[in-house]
Amino acid sequence: MTVAPLQSLFPNIDDWSEIGQACIDTLLMLGGSLLLTVAVGLPLGVLLYLTGKGQLRPMPKLYAALSLVVNILRSIPFIILMIVLMPLTYVLVGTKLGIRGAIPPLVIGAAPFFARLVETALREVQRGVIEASQAMGASTWQIVRLVLLPEARAGLIAGITVTAIALVGYTAMGGAIGAGGLGDLAYRYGYLSYKSDYMLVTVVLLIVLVQILQMLGDRIVARYSQR
Amino acid sequence: MIRFQDVHKSYRVDGREVPALQTFSLDIADGEVFGIIGHSGAGKSTLIRLINLLERPSGGRILIDDVDMTALSEAKLRQQRQRIGMIFQHFNLLASQTVAENVAFPLRLAGEGDAAAIRKRVDELLARVGLSAHADKYPSQLSGGQKQRVGIARALANRPSILLCDEATSALDPQTTASVLELLAEINRELKLTIVLITHEMDVVRRVCDRVAVLDAGRIVESGSVADVFLHPRHATTRRFVNEALPEEAAGEQAPYAHVEGRILRLSFRGEATWTPALGRVARDTGVDFNILAGRIDRIKDLPYGQLTLAMQGERVDDALASLRQAGIEIEEITASSPENRS
Repeated sequence: MTVAPLQSLFPNIDDWSEIGQACIDTLLMLGGSLLLTVAVGLPLGVLLYLTGKGQLRPMPKLYAALSLVVNILRSIPFIILMIVLMPLTYVLVGTKLGIRGAIPPLVIGAAPFFARLVETALREVQRGVIEASQAMGASTWQIVRLVLLPEARAGLIAGITVTAIALVGYTAMGGAIGAGGLGDLAYRYGYLSYKSDYMLVTVVLLIVLVQILQMLGDRIVARYSQR
Repeated sequence: MIRFQDVHKSYRVDGREVPALQTFSLDIADGEVFGIIGHSGAGKSTLIRLINLLERPSGGRILIDDVDMTALSEAKLRQQRQRIGMIFQHFNLLASQTVAENVAFPLRLAGEGDAAAIRKRVDELLARVGLSAHADKYPSQLSGGQKQRVGIARALANRPSILLCDEATSALDPQTTASVLELLAEINRELKLTIVLITHEMDVVRRVCDRVAVLDAGRIVESGSVADVFLHPRHATTRRFVNEALPEEAAGEQAPYAHVEGRILRLSFRGEATWTPALGRVARDTGVDFNILAGRIDRIKDLPYGQLTLAMQGERVDDALASLRQAGIEIEEITASSPENRS
């Protein structure tokens, strides 16, 4: 395909490599923040599950405290959270901008959300299976590692998919305050400069990204659900 | 030996103590199959869970081979639990693991790291329960009976001395129930392990148990050898359970034989007495007439038994009864004037 028809379709886009770079930036932000979100949110979700009422290690006070923090973080709109966290971001990664600057707020915004999904997924594990493991002499840690996480695998993967898609939205918002990526392009060119073809391309790319994530997630879930 | 010493259990519900099991003491001997029968809500699930301390008693002690389970540290308790197998009504297998992995699970929990040793033990266990061909299937691909067999193999993995069966056949159809009970009896015979089972079906008790306790509203109302309890139930709850297992008698509740002439007797034969022609001989010798009203010949575990309800007439009925008693036959009199209340 030559460049000419593209140019007539998208008259304002003269540098496609910029869009390519934005895609890469978005994917990097998404990958990095998703990885860290899971790393933080999974243990947090397990802790929420274990300390909940009537669960394996009920600790009402700890549960209430964790629950409150999670709820607070989830109730702040991401764009505000990002601004509020800027000083902390600077301390953590030495910059407030770019991919690096975006990752701390993304993780802090998404991890509590993912933790709740983890808690819910773990609660779906049959009580009887946990009881059977206790009867076999399993420790709480063994139950988490060998029973809860494997048995809840499909639910956890579905949770990661939902979180990844939420993170795509967050990265786009991050663009508005200097995080880069597709959101940044859409905001700067599409919104501030009225170049609606930029807006169209970035939106389509974001839709494609979300579709791919959902398909991938569904496929893995289906593989594990057959059992 | 499993010994309950003055054990009781209550739950706190909305700040109030709700008793689940009233104070009781009970000994279960090594190698026996002990049944606990009761309706749902009678406390039998609580009772069986006291043995491996899935439920902690509110008072009293539970001793297994003289080890006080209630005094153990958490780590020690986990070790003890590995020596007590348990199977469940709904099997409780790991859905994400294959049959072989499910059976290997308790071995891994116990710290067995040698893959070859695990595979060897799993093969042995699957052969014992007849599932060698299904090692690589997932639980969802198995029938209920096969799932329970996996449960049994898993429960036996760490060579326990006790096997707890929590309504293990309640979710199975009658034929599968029979084959699972057969397997449990075989395991009891060959591995000499103690089996404690809870059920709401008298038939399960009759087929495999040596002794039984009847639980009613948190109280053990009757216990003893299955033959004694089955042939001579004393408590109303026990009678109801027994009548369920003897359908032809369940129909006649109040004075069913009021219109029958003669003395109404129930004769119970056990073991060898079942096979001797005592009744015919005695009738000939004493000249009494008898008319059989109801009867059943069956087995209680390995013990053959017969129970006949009959009407007897003649001059020498008392002599006849004395001779029958002498032949080892137990006799209860059900007179028309005082109708037996069986409900």
